[in-house]
Amino acid sequence: MSAARPLRAPDPVPFPATHRDIRHESGAAHVTGTARYVDDVPEPAGTLHAALGQSAHAHARILSMDLSAVASYPGVVAVIAAGDVPGVNDVGPVVPDDPIFAESLVEYAGQCLFAVAATSRQAARAAARLAKVKYDPLPPLVTIAAARAAQSHILPPKRVERGDPDAAIAAAPYRLSGHIAMGGQDHFYLEGQISLAIPGEGGDMHLLCSTQHPSEVQHLVARALGRPDNAVVVEVRRMGGGFGGKETQASLVAAAAALLADRTGRPVKLRLDRDDDMVMTGKRHDFETGYSVGFDDQGHILGLDITLESRCGMSTDLSGAINDRAVFHSDNCYFLPSVRITSYRYKTHTVSNTAFRGFGGPQGMVGIEQVMDDIARHRGLDPLAVRRVNLYGGPGRDLTPYGMRVEDNLAPALIEKLAAEARYAERRAAIAAFNATSPVLKRGLALTPVKFGISFTTSFLNQGGALVHLYADGSVLLNHGGTEMGQGLYTKVAQVVADAFGIGLDRVRISATRTDKVPNTSATAASAGTDLNGMAAYNAAITIRDRLAAFLANRWDVAAKDIRFVDGMAMAGGQTVSFDDLARQAYLARISLSATGFYATPKIDVDKETLIGRPFYYFAYGAALSEVVIDTLTGEHKLLAVDILHDCGRSLNPALDKGQIEGGFIQGMGWLTMEELVFDDQGHLRTHAPSTYKIPGCGDVPDHFNVTLYDQPNGEETIHRSKAVGEPPLMLAISVLHALKDAVAAAGGSGPVQLDAPATPERVLMAVMERQATGPLAEGTA
Amino acid sequence: MADQIRFLHRGQVQHLGDFPPTRTLLDHLREDRGLCGTKEGCNEGDCGACTVVLGGLEEGRLRYRAVNACILFLSALDGKELVTVEDLAGPDGALHPVQQAMVDCHGSQCGFCTPGIVMSLFALQAEGGAVERQRVDTALAGNLCRCTGYRPIIEAACRMGADPAPVGKGAATEELLRSIQRRETGQIKDGKVLLPASADDLAALLLRHPEARLVAGGTDVGLWVTKQFRDLGLLIHVGGIADLQRMDAADGRLTIGSAVTVARAAERLGGLYPEMAELFRRYGSAQVRNSATLGGNIANGSPIGDSMPVLIALGSRLVLRRGDDRREMPLEDFFLAYRRTALTAGEFIEAIRVPLPRPDRLFACYKISKRFDQDISAVMAGFCLDMAGGKVVAARLAFGGMAGTPQRARAAEAALTGRPFDAETARDAAAALAQDFQPLSDMRASAAYRLAVAGNLIVKFQLAQTMPLGAVRVTNFAPGGEV
Repeated sequence: MSAARPLRAPDPVPFPATHRDIRHESGAAHVTGTARYVDDVPEPAGTLHAALGQSAHAHARILSMDLSAVASYPGVVAVIAAGDVPGVNDVGPVVPDDPIFAESLVEYAGQCLFAVAATSRQAARAAARLAKVKYDPLPPLVTIAAARAAQSHILPPKRVERGDPDAAIAAAPYRLSGHIAMGGQDHFYLEGQISLAIPGEGGDMHLLCSTQHPSEVQHLVARALGRPDNAVVVEVRRMGGGFGGKETQASLVAAAAALLADRTGRPVKLRLDRDDDMVMTGKRHDFETGYSVGFDDQGHILGLDITLESRCGMSTDLSGAINDRAVFHSDNCYFLPSVRITSYRYKTHTVSNTAFRGFGGPQGMVGIEQVMDDIARHRGLDPLAVRRVNLYGGPGRDLTPYGMRVEDNLAPALIEKLAAEARYAERRAAIAAFNATSPVLKRGLALTPVKFGISFTTSFLNQGGALVHLYADGSVLLNHGGTEMGQGLYTKVAQVVADAFGIGLDRVRISATRTDKVPNTSATAASAGTDLNGMAAYNAAITIRDRLAAFLANRWDVAAKDIRFVDGMAMAGGQTVSFDDLARQAYLARISLSATGFYATPKIDVDKETLIGRPFYYFAYGAALSEVVIDTLTGEHKLLAVDILHDCGRSLNPALDKGQIEGGFIQGMGWLTMEELVFDDQGHLRTHAPSTYKIPGCGDVPDHFNVTLYDQPNGEETIHRSKAVGEPPLMLAISVLHALKDAVAAAGGSGPVQLDAPATPERVLMAVMERQATGPLAEGTA
Repeated sequence: MADQIRFLHRGQVQHLGDFPPTRTLLDHLREDRGLCGTKEGCNEGDCGACTVVLGGLEEGRLRYRAVNACILFLSALDGKELVTVEDLAGPDGALHPVQQAMVDCHGSQCGFCTPGIVMSLFALQAEGGAVERQRVDTALAGNLCRCTGYRPIIEAACRMGADPAPVGKGAATEELLRSIQRRETGQIKDGKVLLPASADDLAALLLRHPEARLVAGGTDVGLWVTKQFRDLGLLIHVGGIADLQRMDAADGRLTIGSAVTVARAAERLGGLYPEMAELFRRYGSAQVRNSATLGGNIANGSPIGDSMPVLIALGSRLVLRRGDDRREMPLEDFFLAYRRTALTAGEFIEAIRVPLPRPDRLFACYKISKRFDQDISAVMAGFCLDMAGGKVVAARLAFGGMAGTPQRARAAEAALTGRPFDAETARDAAAALAQDFQPLSDMRASAAYRLAVAGNLIVKFQLAQTMPLGAVRVTNFAPGGEV
C-alpha cells in the first residue's frame, strides 16, 4: 500500500464547478428513459435467463433434492446446485458462512438451493418452483428473544466500558430503566438485484452487475469459479438505488449467474423478482435496546449501562462491523462519564441482515435518544433541555466511550441555531395550548441531533483509487473505484476533476466503474464515496497537471508552481495556452497523460477487539425538528413540519447534498414509522412486496420541509473541506419518533412513553391506550 | 380487424394479433419492442416504475390516464392511445417541460423510478388545471421513490407548467381513436382471448364458455400471472365494452356499469358523497384506479376491497346477468364466504346501483392503513344512519378487514337503532362490535387493534357530528399559523 498523497492546501484554483448546484450527470438520461441499467442493456445473442430455487423452511436438514422436473421444464438449459460449483460454494464477505447453494442444511426460509437457466425469464422462474425437496424440519429461532433464550450468537458479544457505571448509577439521585425495540428495514431499491454474466475466452467472465462493491463481487465470483481474480471483470455504470443493500447482497446473484454462464458457455442474466429479492436479501438489523441510567435533577447522565441486542440472521455477513458501529453511536452527541455498552449479535434462522444506510449507527442512536426522552419525561423536563445538558463539551467532557476525542463538536451551536430559527420554544407553547383543547388529535414536537462518525470502522477499507486519462484533444476520461447509485458521486468527482484541470465540466466524461480499471476497491459505502474517490481522482488529476506544468515551465521558462489552470487555459507570466492545445502539445512531446490516483484516510486507528481508538477521521453533524399530529382514536399520524440543519462541511454540491438529506430523512422516517417487516413464527417473511411493506409515499412528505446546510469547512483535510453526507441524515428522522412520543404523552398518563419502532398507527394507538389506562392527563411533571 | 387489437402509438394505428393471452404491456415494451425506458420495479402494480399513459375516449372526450404496464394485459390497449417515456422529448431531443422541470429541480437521483414519475406527472399535466399539492400527492401515490424524499419531485410538479403541446391531443387523435373502437366481438390467439363489443355479446359468450375468466383492468388477476405463473385459461376482456361503462342517475340511485373504472366511478361518487372522495383518493393509486373497475373489485370477492363496506353501508345493490336473465340483490348478500360469491356459472355483474344521498341520512367512511396512500386497509368502515326525530331509525355499519368477507355489524347496528346518536350510544355500539367480529391478526394489523379501532371509528363518527372534520381526522387537520 503506498502512502496517501498529501492534499495541497490551499489550492490556488478557484472552483467554477465545485461548491455549486451542478445537476446530476445522468439527470437528462433519467427523465427520458435513456439511462441504461443492467436490465436495459441489449442482451447478447443467446442470452439465457436464470432463476433461483428457494428453501421452503427456515431451518431444516435437506434429505433429498430432486431437480428432474426443473431440468425437464420446456426451455430449461441448465440446472446447478452445490455440487456443481467448481470453486468455493460461498459468498460470505468476511466469514465463509454464506453458501451460494445450500448443501445439507437450510437456515432461512427462501435460502437459495439451486439455480436454473432457461431461454426465457418466465420459463426459468416457473421451472424453479418444480423442485421436489424433502426436508427434515428443525425448530427455527426467529426472534431476538428466541435467540437470547437459546444463547445463539453469530459473533461473540463485545463490550465498551469506562469508569464504574454500576456505582455511578447506584449513587445517582435518580435512576431509571427502560427499553425500546426497533424493527429492521428492507432497502427497497427500485431496481432489484441483477447480474448479467458474459463468458469470454479462456475462462474470462465479464459481469454487468448492480453492486456497490464491484471488487468483492469480482473476488467472490472468481473464487466460486475456481479462478484467480484477474479472470473476472465486474462493471457497474449505475444502480437503481443501493442504500447498503447492494454492498454484499449482489454477490450471490452475480455468482449464480456466472456459474450458469460458465456451465452453459452462454450469457446468463439473473434478475430477482421483487418478492424473491425481498425474501432472499438481507435487511437492516432489528435491535432491542435496554438500559439503566442514573442522573441528577437536571437530567445529567451520571452513569449508564446500555445493552444492544441485534438479530443478525443466519450468517455473519457484515454484522460485526454493523454492531460495532451501533456501539460507536450509542453516545450520539452526549458525554457519558461512566458507561457500559454491551453488544450481543444473535444468530437467527432468518435472512442474514446486512448493511443499510447508517450501518448500525441509527440503532445505536435510537437507544441513547430513548434514554434522553425517558429521563426528561421522568423528571418532567423538556426533552431538549435534557439533551442540551448532556452534550459533549470542552476538556473533561470530550471523550467518547471508545476513547476518541470529539474535537469538532458542532452539535451545541448547531442545535441552538436550529432551535432559534425554527422557533422551538414558541412552537412548544403553541402545541401545549392546542393539546389542552383538542380531545381527539394531539400534536407533538421533538428536536434531536446527530453526530455520525465518518470512515469505515474496518480501517483498511479506507482507501480509494482513480484512473484519469487526458486525451490529446483535451478531453478527460474519469474512472474511479466508487459506484453511482443515485447519490451523485460521479457528478461530484467530475466537479473535482474539472476544477483540478481548470476546465469545464462538459470536458470530463465519467465512465462506468470497472474492476479492470481501478483494482482492489472498497465498497461505495460508509458515506465515504466522495471522501475516498474524490481525493483519489483529485490526486490523479494533479499528477497529470503537474506533468503539464513541468512541461510548460520548461517551455515558458517560468516556475511550474506559478502556472495556473483556469477557464480552460493554462497561464503564467503573461503567457497563455488553451488546455486543449496544451494537451496536444504535451502528447507530441511524449508526456504521459494518464495517471492513477490513490488516497488512504489518515489518522484513523482502532482496536478491533476492544473497539478503543480513533475509528473515525471526523464526525458529521445535524439536527432536526419534527412536528406531528396523532389521532388518539386510531393511532393514525401525520408529519406536519420538519426543519433540518445539517453539516456537510463545505459542500461540493449543495443541491446534491440537500437531496441526500431529504431522501435520507424520509427513508429514516419510513424505518421508524411505517416500514414493518413481519416474520411469522415459522420464520417466513410475510411482508415481501410493496403491497404489504410500505415505504413512504409522496403524501407522507410535509409541506413544511426546510433543509439548510450548516456551512462550515471540515476541520480535517478532506476533499475541498467537504463532509460525507450519505448516511448521517437518515438519523435525523429519530426526531419523528420522538415527536410521536411527545404527542402520545399529551394523550394522558405520565412518565416515559413506551413506543417501539416502527411507530405504526397500531403501535401509536396501543401506546395511547396504555397511557390513558395508567394515569390522568400529564401536567408537566412526574 | 376483429382478430387483432388496435391502438395508437406515436400517431400511428398499431395492429397486434399474435401475442400470448397474458402478455403484459411492460414485457411487450421491453422485450418485444426494445423500449426499455419503462422499468419493472415490483411487477405487481405497487411501485409505479412501469407507469405509462393511455389516452382514451371517455364520454366522447379524450382523457389521458396513467396505468401500470407491469400488470396490464396487452388486450387492454385495444382502442387506446399509448404514450411511454420515450415519446415525450421532441425529435430534436428537447426535453418535455415535465422532464425539464424534473432535471431542473434535481428530481432524480438513482433515476429508476423517474420514467414512471415523469409519466404520472405527464398525465397530471394533461388533465389540465392548477397543480397544487394535494393533486400532486394523488397523482404520485402510486409512484414510489426511495432516493429523493419526493420534495424535489413535488417542486418539479409545481413548476412543470401547463401542457404545452398535448401529445396527440385534438381532433385528429380523437378521430383516430374513434376509428379503432371495437364494434364487433373479436378473438385473439386462436380464441384464447375474447373481446366482446357489447354486454349482449358478453352474456352470450359466457353462456357458451362459463369457465372463462373475465378480465377488466387486471389489477388483481395480473398478479396471478406475474407472481404465480398461473395459466388463466380462456380470457374474456370486458374493459372495452361500451355499454358496461355507463353511469346513469335515476329513481334515487346511481347505476354504475360494472366495467366503469374506479377512477370514473370515484369522480361521480365523490361528487355525490364528499366523504367518499377522500376514500377513493386513497383507494389503490391513480394507476390502479385508472385500470381497475368497480365490478372487478366486487366480483373478486376479497375481504379487504375498499369499495364494498361503503357501498354496503349505503344499501347498494347488484344487477347480475346470465344470458338475458337479470336479478338484483343487496351487495352484502353477494359475498358467501372468503373469496366466494353468489355468481352462478355463466353469470356476471352487469351493474352496481348506489342510492343517491338523502338529507335524513348520516354517512361516513374510514380507511385505516399503515400508510395513508396506496395501502390495503387493515380496517375499512362505511357507516350510514337514517335519522328521524333525533333518533336512529335504521343503521347500516359495514366493515372490511374484520372477517372473511365484507360484512355488516348487526349487533352494533342494533345498539344504535331507536336511540339518539350520542356519545353513549356510540360507545355501546362500539362495545357491541365484539359480538359481530372476531378479526384475525396478520401482517397488516393485530386482531386487538382491528377490534379497538373499529369501535373507535364509531365513536369518531359520532364526534364528527359535533366537531369539524379537521379536529377529528389527521388527514383533514391543517396546522394553523404556528409552523
